[in-house]
Amino acid sequence: MRNRFADTVYQLGLEDQRVCVVVADISPAGSIVRFQREFPERFINCGVAEATMIGIAAGLAMRGLRPFCYSIATFSLYRPFEMVRVDLCYQNLPVTVVGMGAGVIYSNLGGTHHAMEDIAVASAIPNMTVLAPCDPEEMGLATRWCATESAGPVYMRLGKIGEANLTANAVAPFVPGKIRYLQRGSDVAILSYGITVAMAFEISHNLMAKGISVSVLSCHTIKPLDKEGILQILHSHKRVVVLEEHVPHGGLGSRVKEIAWDARADCQLQSFSLKDEFIVCYGSHEELLCAHGLTVKSVLEKLL
Amino acid sequence: MIKDILPMSIIAEGSRVPHKFDIAASRLRCLNYRKRILEVSQQVAALHIGGAFSALEMIDCIYHGLMNRDSNNGSSFDTFILSKGHAGIAQYVVLENLGILSRTDLDLYCKPNGILGCHPDFGVPGIEASTGSLAHGLGLSVGMAHADRLLKADRKIYLLMSDGELQEGSVWESMMMGANLGLKNLVAFLDHNGFQSSGRTRDNHPKFYPIREKVEAFGWECLEVNGHDTDAIYRAVLNRKGDSPFLLICNTVKGRGVSYMEDEPIWHFRSPNFEEYEQALKELEKKYNEK
Repeated sequence: MRNRFADTVYQLGLEDQRVCVVVADISPAGSIVRFQREFPERFINCGVAEATMIGIAAGLAMRGLRPFCYSIATFSLYRPFEMVRVDLCYQNLPVTVVGMGAGVIYSNLGGTHHAMEDIAVASAIPNMTVLAPCDPEEMGLATRWCATESAGPVYMRLGKIGEANLTANAVAPFVPGKIRYLQRGSDVAILSYGITVAMAFEISHNLMAKGISVSVLSCHTIKPLDKEGILQILHSHKRVVVLEEHVPHGGLGSRVKEIAWDARADCQLQSFSLKDEFIVCYGSHEELLCAHGLTVKSVLEKLL
Repeated sequence: MIKDILPMSIIAEGSRVPHKFDIAASRLRCLNYRKRILEVSQQVAALHIGGAFSALEMIDCIYHGLMNRDSNNGSSFDTFILSKGHAGIAQYVVLENLGILSRTDLDLYCKPNGILGCHPDFGVPGIEASTGSLAHGLGLSVGMAHADRLLKADRKIYLLMSDGELQEGSVWESMMMGANLGLKNLVAFLDHNGFQSSGRTRDNHPKFYPIREKVEAFGWECLEVNGHDTDAIYRAVLNRKGDSPFLLICNTVKGRGVSYMEDEPIWHFRSPNFEEYEQALKELEKKYNEK
């Protein structure tokens, strides 16, 4: 996903002279290096200085440019939070803050590098759009939308590298602001976003093997959330499952429950997330998810 | 009020600089800004009068001496950002004098149907960034100055910061970046009144000093002047070397011009009562006529 992001930004840089990249000492790799080499004046490395990264991006946007700020999620969103809130959101400027490796992807780097509550934090700010595309393909489309169509600030949650393509056979196209059916069923609907959609597919395969018909959805736009789309899901499925690599509060699970309560939805609704805990587990991403109780196996046990 | 007093030539200066900066006219404007701020202080008790009075000569010099202003639509061509947003009222009275804000706008200052709050908001006529939270202005200015160079716009960014603001780490991050990027089109002013909310900076935060050496070590050109001497401010900026971003340390007095306000921390945010208001007006007039 990271490579596709870099490829897309490079391509956008070729097409549109307004596209800029502002980073905070991110190790240059892949197409970002190409962007830096070919458009040096549109590439600003602020060093280890995230507050300034956001401030500079805001200044560029005030002059009509379309900047992307790019760093590990904890550093692009949390460290400069007040700059994100005031410079970008209060002034409503079209700057995209990219949070790489969000969730607990950087498992063995420890809690300092885990963005477990980024969706809640970013969604809480007025004017902010929050995106979390599920695979490189969707990431490319979302990035293009940020550069060309978005009118205000965006926080975009990104995975890392090596994510599989999940949308090649999607039954619906990517439409910003709308939940996206990747697979259509009638009994159970699994709502997810970002790299966790891969887990949704695994769960779906297991359920389908037992004769259960499953919808899988990419909720790539978490804010503004597609309320109509969620309502339609709640009314057309017996059971709705929300799956997210995020703390239990303030993410997609909470939002879907709000909508379900207001609509008096009568489907079963279960959400699975990370625990509300800093868990120290220096293992693989999968092992840390396991410590949080967020695995295909543990979810299936609760569903079947 | 100001428009009633000042001759037309001073009210509607829409011409493009470089023009001669008339020091006597500036002095009269600054008297009238102070009187106008005092007048507003009697409408609503929500302004930072001390930090506004320390900054007025700088702001006047920036608008009337230094900035290129587009005479067609009244908006600015060069950019001015008041990073010490709590002195918003000082910028508002200057913008009112220029006709960019109206008297009605000021009458509705801090009122629900008005457009002006204590701190400047992006989108209000003449206001190019939302400030009030300190240490945002320099980062924005570095971004704007870089963009202007990229877009080949012949434009300067004038920025006014408070001294207390320099205690924020993000200011030094942005200062490094301004020098790294070689932004010659960035001119910053420091309102060095020596006081912050908690009291005198030299007492509370001694290692804040020296300032100039720190700024120079970060790759900026830096000079120091009396911040109430508009002629000195004007000449220092025009005569700068200009090979790097420039910061002018303007030594000022918080509450300048009113005896009971000067260097008294309580006047960071207090508004005068009627007796104090009358006394302030008398003192300002007296001082103006003495010189």
